[in-house]
Amino acid sequence: MSELRYRDALGAALREELHRDERVLLMGEDIGVFGGAFKVTAGLLEEFGERRVRDTPISENTIVGMGVGAAMSGLRPVVELMTINFSLLAFDQIVNHAAHIHYMFGGQVRVPLVVRMPQGAGHQLGPTHSHCLEALFLHVPGLLVAVPATAADAKGLLKSAIRDDNPVIFIEHESLYGVRGEVPDSEEHLVDFGRARVSREGSDVTIVAVSRMALTAERAAAVLADEHGVQAEVIDPRTLRPLDLDTILASVRKTNRCVIVEEGWPHGGVGANLAALVCEQAFDDLDAPVARVSGADVPMPYSKPLEDIAYPHEPQIVDAALQTLGAAGSR
Amino acid sequence: MGAPAKADVARLPEPDVAREWLATMTLIRRFEERAGEMYARAKVGGFLHLSIGEEATIVGSARALRTTDYLVSTYRSHGHALVRGTPPEKVMAELFGRVDGCSRGRGGSMHMFDLERRFMGGYGIVGGNLPIAAGVALASDYTGTDEVTLCTFGDGACNQGTFGETLNLAALWRLPVVFMVTNNQFGMGTALQRHSAVTDLRRKGEGLGVPGMSCDGMDVLDTHAVLSWAVERVRTERRPVLVEAITYRFRGHSMADPEQYRTKEEVAQWRERDPIPAFGELLLGAGVLDERQREQIDADAVARVDAAVQFAESSPHPEPDSLYDDVYVLDRARWGTYSVKTTDPQAHPSSPAERQRDDAAQAADGADEIPQQMSDALLLGEEAT
Ligand SMILES: Cc1ncc(C[n+]2csc(CCOP(=O)(O)OP(=O)(O)O)c2C)c(N)n1
Ligand SMILES: [Mg+2]
Repeated sequence: MSELRYRDALGAALREELHRDERVLLMGEDIGVFGGAFKVTAGLLEEFGERRVRDTPISENTIVGMGVGAAMSGLRPVVELMTINFSLLAFDQIVNHAAHIHYMFGGQVRVPLVVRMPQGAGHQLGPTHSHCLEALFLHVPGLLVAVPATAADAKGLLKSAIRDDNPVIFIEHESLYGVRGEVPDSEEHLVDFGRARVSREGSDVTIVAVSRMALTAERAAAVLADEHGVQAEVIDPRTLRPLDLDTILASVRKTNRCVIVEEGWPHGGVGANLAALVCEQAFDDLDAPVARVSGADVPMPYSKPLEDIAYPHEPQIVDAALQTLGAAGSR
Repeated sequence: MGAPAKADVARLPEPDVAREWLATMTLIRRFEERAGEMYARAKVGGFLHLSIGEEATIVGSARALRTTDYLVSTYRSHGHALVRGTPPEKVMAELFGRVDGCSRGRGGSMHMFDLERRFMGGYGIVGGNLPIAAGVALASDYTGTDEVTLCTFGDGACNQGTFGETLNLAALWRLPVVFMVTNNQFGMGTALQRHSAVTDLRRKGEGLGVPGMSCDGMDVLDTHAVLSWAVERVRTERRPVLVEAITYRFRGHSMADPEQYRTKEEVAQWRERDPIPAFGELLLGAGVLDERQREQIDADAVARVDAAVQFAESSPHPEPDSLYDDVYVLDRARWGTYSVKTTDPQAHPSSPAERQRDDAAQAADGADEIPQQMSDALLLGEEAT
């Protein structure tokens, strides 16, 4: 085990996979000379050269599209987009092409492409740089979607993503890059897609939380235990497609209560989808309606005080959990 | 500094105009220097992109416009707001995220806006502003006015699909838009020759039906001369033009840029051509300006920036209540129509301030019949807000 920052865990995954497999190459804006907007790829150009680590022009749709073509032809490209908002410029290639090619051509060709990008609010980057859009990708059949919250998962999921034969949307979080965590040293440290991580066990309420919210939910669970005597079970699905519904349902059957936490918008969000699944499959086990905690239904504002209240923090999660238990809110 | 070249003197505009250009470039410089300091003191958040070194491209181009012409810019646009006459107070308040900011604290440094002065926005998405500018020009064309739109963007933006798509359509539809690429030699940390196969950027429009020309973006006179020609040609012939302004950004891409992709020597070389002292010297040599006036121009700029900071400091933060304001236009809808919790329409009501503003807008609008939407007022974006 080594203690690594999330960013360095991702860098290690890329380095190891570049070493392991000659077919792996990286493309992205400012990933080489500049070292990456968030420094995930720092040092890789020096180590692997321009053939493997490619600075691209600012042409999101085209670099993702070239990733699709290269992947169809036997390479295993990893494309970095500077933030998830810019993936919207590449939505055509991601949805119309990457996601559908395997199906559209009758399974004859594969698209082993990874598109990495960070999301998230908290840095006052305003309405063009701050959103959480995992739900958009979750919507699309043909894509796998990973949302790692810890350094170990960042590394293990990225390595698995690169080795997977499907297109993977790999969503990092800007606020997590500097967070440290224990990471297994093995070059074969892989985290399987479709396996949730139970970060805290408990019997009173199930809290399912994605991306950065997995950590916020852990802190909320500590408050619930310390201040309210409530034992929450916290589940980080780690991947949204495939989704480890079994682990979530087993927990709900035990606690009879479910809170879903996401940073993105509520309409058609991760929580909306998951709440439907839980209601369809565990309705009889529920003692309270499924509760959702989400980002506010607004474009992310620049103003610090407005941004602060536009995405969830511990108190909202605590409140939602207490409500499912029929208790009054904490505030 | 020797006597200015005769040719330069001959190109000078009227003395008071020349002094105004110097004053505006100086204001932009002082404003941005202070903005950088405010960022270091955490008064400003998010990203802060300064155009220090590029002031001649801003003033030289914007002064080729009429007040009725439009300007569309990028996330590097404090200077574009200022040159159009947006009070420094409002620009600084926006950087501070306050209600009196030119985007009411919602946009921040990357998203400046001033409808009244026809500054149609700074945009955070590289290349996102080109089609918007062409759309503004479409509206001018559609309504039969002779307004021109100036669209500025960076060398890096030329590589976006929107560049080719917009230039082609603007040429095809003969839209009155001047595309100006501010070639500051880098897209973030990627040098021009590492991101573009053709580095003579003015040529990038040729195959799309958009003729190109270039200007010395370190020289406000040259920039103004070329842009004036381009703007008038577009106005009369109604064919878009691409202008490449060759310049350099003296500071990092944003505030957190270690600048390892370029040498100190290269930056120092370009700094020798700093457009503000260069133009000041020219005016001194031509007898259009004396030392005392030059100092006064600088002192005035500093004083205006001081006042802007004071104003921004004392402007309030937006109320938490206002979070859901302006997600939708509510003036013709019932309050709560679009709120998030359909089961609880009052969960996120519009705030009293929003209601007041929209009521006023509706009253000023008078009618709410359909034809209203086609009126000039709406097309020109002149709602009484
Ligand atoms: C679609 C998109 N991709 C990437 C970015 C990140 N980004 C912001 S500015 C920039 C460089 C742009 O360079 P250029 O167009 O030359 O303008 P400059 O910053 O030099 O003024 C990049 C890559 C972005 N804002 N939008
Ligand atoms: Mg540039």
